[in-house]
Amino acid sequence: MKNPIENLNKIFDSRIRLGIMSSLMVNEDLNFNQLKEIIGVTDGNLASHLKTLEENEYIKVQKGFIGRKTNTTYAVTQTGEKAFKQHLEGLEQMIRLIE
Amino acid sequence: MEQEHSAQNTLKDIKQMMERSSRFISLSGLSGVAAGICALTGAWFAHQVISGNDPAFKESYIYESLASGNLFRYKLFTIAVLTLCSAIITAFLFTYIKSKNNNTPLWGTTSKRLMLNFGIPLFAGGVFLLRLTELGYFEMIAPGCLLFYGLALVNAGKYTLGEVRYLGYAQIVIGLVSCWFPALGLAFWTIGFGILHIVYGSVMWWKYDKKR
Repeated sequence: MKNPIENLNKIFDSRIRLGIMSSLMVNEDLNFNQLKEIIGVTDGNLASHLKTLEENEYIKVQKGFIGRKTNTTYAVTQTGEKAFKQHLEGLEQMIRLIE
Repeated sequence: MEQEHSAQNTLKDIKQMMERSSRFISLSGLSGVAAGICALTGAWFAHQVISGNDPAFKESYIYESLASGNLFRYKLFTIAVLTLCSAIITAFLFTYIKSKNNNTPLWGTTSKRLMLNFGIPLFAGGVFLLRLTELGYFEMIAPGCLLFYGLALVNAGKYTLGEVRYLGYAQIVIGLVSCWFPALGLAFWTIGFGILHIVYGSVMWWKYDKKR
């Protein structure tokens, strides 16, 4: 039998990255402040985790404007959705295995 | 064993994040109870105004008096507005307290989305009912209030605690039934906005708020 840990994704080890992905899975897109509000972290912390996810092409970033203020929104990519679902399956397998 | 535990915790975290980011969960059960009590009080005052001192009172008279008496209409309108305001204020208060305890912002993404989706059917219904009163169809005010409020709740169920939709279904059923009992408009209104709110609010309080 395949080792379920293979399905677990190292990138989702961080609770904050997991939080970002979870929120983006159920929302079309969210901006920086909305994510900050949901996850409850500092700006710098959130920004660095968003960067990691972006570098792995799990999320896409769209820079826009509301009036003169920048409004950056984030959305999940297809790659990200696949990776996240696989990670969830890995977690479920692990639970089932021990039961 | 350690791994099983952490996997379960992670799944729980994910579920919580998904809920928190898409639904406004700080709606307090006590808000429902408070709104229900306001509705009962409002209905009692309205009943006093309608029945007046007339011992041989029949509710079907209301519609005739509504059509003719301006002062009468004004009194009922004032009661309606006061009832609505007090219901909104008290409902808001309990939800504000709960959101403070939950540490979720009252005016965040989820609550804005909830307000918008709750407000659209209510606004449409409100305008429609104002036009109905202008045309003199007073019999349809109570059923209309119940129906549009029920539809708004069903719509809002997607953006807050899902149980809200059951309250919506019940309001719609009562609203539809009351269409055929125009003389009992106020009674149906009282059941829908008063009693159902209190029942719903108590159940929700029992289920979600009690332990905290």
